[in-house]
Amino acid sequence: MKNLIKKLLVATAAASIVASAATAGDTPKRGGTLITALGNTPRVLNPAVQSGIVTGFPGAQLFASPLRYDEDWTPQPYLAKSWDVSEDGLTVTLNLVENAKFHDGAPITSEDIAFSVDIIKAHHPFKSMFAPVQSVDTPDAHTAVLNLSQPHPALMLAMSGQLMSIIPKHIYGDGQDPKNHPRNNVDLVGSGPFKLVEFKQGEHVILERFDDFFIEGRPYLDKIVMRIIKDPQARVIGLENGEIHLSGFESQPRNINRLKKADHLTATPEGYGAIGPLDWLAFNTKEGPTSNVKVRQAIAHAVDKNFILKAIMFDTAVEANTGIHPDSPFYNGNVETYPLDLDKANALLDEAGFPKDSDGIRFGLTIDFGWPGVKPQVEYVRAALKKVGIDVTVRTSADFPTWAKKMGTMDFQMSWDTVFNWGDPVIGVHRTYLTSNIAKGVWSNTQGYSNSKVDEILDTASKEKDPEKRKALYAEFQQIVAGDVPIYFTNTLPYHTVYNNKVGNPPLGIWGTSSPIDMTYLK
Amino acid sequence: MALLYAIATRIMYAGILLLAVIILNFGMMHLAPGDVADSISQSMGGADEEVLNEIRATYGLDRPFIVQLGSYIGKVLRFDLGYSFFYTQPVSQLILQKLPATLLLVLTAQFLALIVGVFLGVYSAQRPNGLSSHFVSFFALFGYSAPVFWSGLLLLIGFSLHIQWFPVAGMRDVTIEGNFLEEAIDIIRHMVLPVITLASIFLALYSRLSRATMMEVLGSDYIRTAKSKGLTDREIIYKHALKNSLSPVITLAGLQFSAVVSGAILVESVFSWPGLGTLAFESIIARDTPTILGILFFSALVVIVGNLLTDLTLRLVDPRVRTNG
Repeated sequence: MKNLIKKLLVATAAASIVASAATAGDTPKRGGTLITALGNTPRVLNPAVQSGIVTGFPGAQLFASPLRYDEDWTPQPYLAKSWDVSEDGLTVTLNLVENAKFHDGAPITSEDIAFSVDIIKAHHPFKSMFAPVQSVDTPDAHTAVLNLSQPHPALMLAMSGQLMSIIPKHIYGDGQDPKNHPRNNVDLVGSGPFKLVEFKQGEHVILERFDDFFIEGRPYLDKIVMRIIKDPQARVIGLENGEIHLSGFESQPRNINRLKKADHLTATPEGYGAIGPLDWLAFNTKEGPTSNVKVRQAIAHAVDKNFILKAIMFDTAVEANTGIHPDSPFYNGNVETYPLDLDKANALLDEAGFPKDSDGIRFGLTIDFGWPGVKPQVEYVRAALKKVGIDVTVRTSADFPTWAKKMGTMDFQMSWDTVFNWGDPVIGVHRTYLTSNIAKGVWSNTQGYSNSKVDEILDTASKEKDPEKRKALYAEFQQIVAGDVPIYFTNTLPYHTVYNNKVGNPPLGIWGTSSPIDMTYLK
Repeated sequence: MALLYAIATRIMYAGILLLAVIILNFGMMHLAPGDVADSISQSMGGADEEVLNEIRATYGLDRPFIVQLGSYIGKVLRFDLGYSFFYTQPVSQLILQKLPATLLLVLTAQFLALIVGVFLGVYSAQRPNGLSSHFVSFFALFGYSAPVFWSGLLLLIGFSLHIQWFPVAGMRDVTIEGNFLEEAIDIIRHMVLPVITLASIFLALYSRLSRATMMEVLGSDYIRTAKSKGLTDREIIYKHALKNSLSPVITLAGLQFSAVVSGAILVESVFSWPGLGTLAFESIIARDTPTILGILFFSALVVIVGNLLTDLTLRLVDPRVRTNG
């Protein structure tokens, strides 16, 4: 009891400190131009037909979605002021805000919601997001009812961030191919807090405050300039000399540690929970020595995660033990983690029937990688497996499509891979493990992994309405996969958002920069 | 008449060459495993197989090689460079958007390198074994052999970070909305570091070449005659020797025309200069065949036209070329 009171007191004290900090000197200010950096040119600015982190940043400013999420993975109203999921989970009703307008002044109605769902269903790369949505009813201008073929809890996250951008029917409904629509990049009419001023391929995206935005008083910023700077060193210098206020997805450990030292900058790994970027070592479970689970377990025991975290990531990334990002509420780190143990690795390889020959070699394996940045990890795996008698040959791919082709057709033995969760596990996690998704291109189930129990759990979890039961299903799934090791999970990507301390309320929610920054301001 | 004939032959060769450029590049792009659908998939964080196949069908990538090649050549003959799969824009529009920035960068760097290079070459040719001559040689070779991504970065660290004189990337500061003069000054400020980086490569070529030809010319009989006439050193060098030592330098400058694309790729990448080099680099990474082919076609065209112009300029400068055809 005493303890409880103490805790309460501490909590109240902490809360009042937070509250006073929020009032004293930290009140949002209107105006100003935020200069940010993009590491690549967005292909298309319309997130309804183009996913990805580069489109995400401008996309989420230009287009609003029905929901947004806070830091605790709780849905918040956005374009939908309230929503209701029926008892049987088969209808989801969205009650839209009444004063929402597109950038050309036309009202945002339920017709636009129905239209956007149609376009996303037909053209968005992630089919699983809206596959169970059969139809959208529009009983009145501000009510949209999504009819589902089965309960679909993933829909909540799929209606947030950049995943469900509401696009105007009166612009994109003109019969032209939405993927190549001329107004995806110019004269764009969006629904979000900022409107497009200019997009120059390879140069910049310039956004301007939309004065008729449906949330009173927001956004705070007058203008956002997104400078496209591909060279990470140039971005670092720009952040250091104050030319750039904010940059997301900085991923080079040395740069991050250098930026952390600057007094006027903050570098944080917050804001990547929903995108959920993971690094891992993938195995071909269909062919060759890696089709034997003992071989995979032995390799896992021989590769030291700590080495990767300390010597390659310089403590900028954290350990990941499963295919779900540690920041996700579904993460279950309580699984077999394969700590470094060379004796055990050797014993497992002996058991698997691969004795050492006179030169101390058991067998050879190849390892692939898709981009130059992960070469150190690949070289480390080669050196580490040498110690247990596995002779690894590194196969370098000329570019991404070359590697993607090898992965998509399972023409590999081991590969270093980076995969994102994209919100709900149904969207970005299931694809890696389902038997029905084997070898369907890069980032499908390229391991050839097939476990009927896993298929069953994932199918049940995709329909489970009760969050606690769903969590338990995913916990079990993570344990089974950790035991089967189709993939040896190592670490999260060291993505960091770096911002000048002049920036108030930087986007550090679960969607990070792929969410509206209508609350960000310049001090 | 001989001139017209020479030009007509050149144009015929150029046509054959351009066709070969297209077929060779198209074939090479086709031989590489994977395609633009994979790189679009990368930009989207993965895509369902259905979507990948739809992308391939939309852009005709599922048709046989020979059909794709035939339709591309047909388009080029109608002066249509096709549609970029990755940037969803017509290729010719993309290239024309990027061309001014590259021309500004490359021509300024070339001009600077030519003037300074020739001056340094002439200067060091007068005292080939002097200390300053060795210094010029060292400086030029250093600029030539230092990789531009390194020298560019050093300049950035020096003049953007430690002494904050110049901006770190891009061609202009979009927050500046001023009159023409202010915008011009802004662009010049952005140009300084990339121009110096790029010019340092060419500088070595021009200074070494003009030094060598100048030394040769200075040893010839007519210079001795000029000296014995009692002309000053300055008059000898700038009135007599320079003109005769220039023609190899002009030829070299013409050949460097190809650098409009190739030489600028790295410099443009380091400084995020929004030009053709950056576009070429990005479209190769993205496996965007129409854009790559468009740029290669365009640069082949530039090289051919450049060579033609060099030839004509030489005819003006050097009468010997005129008579020999």
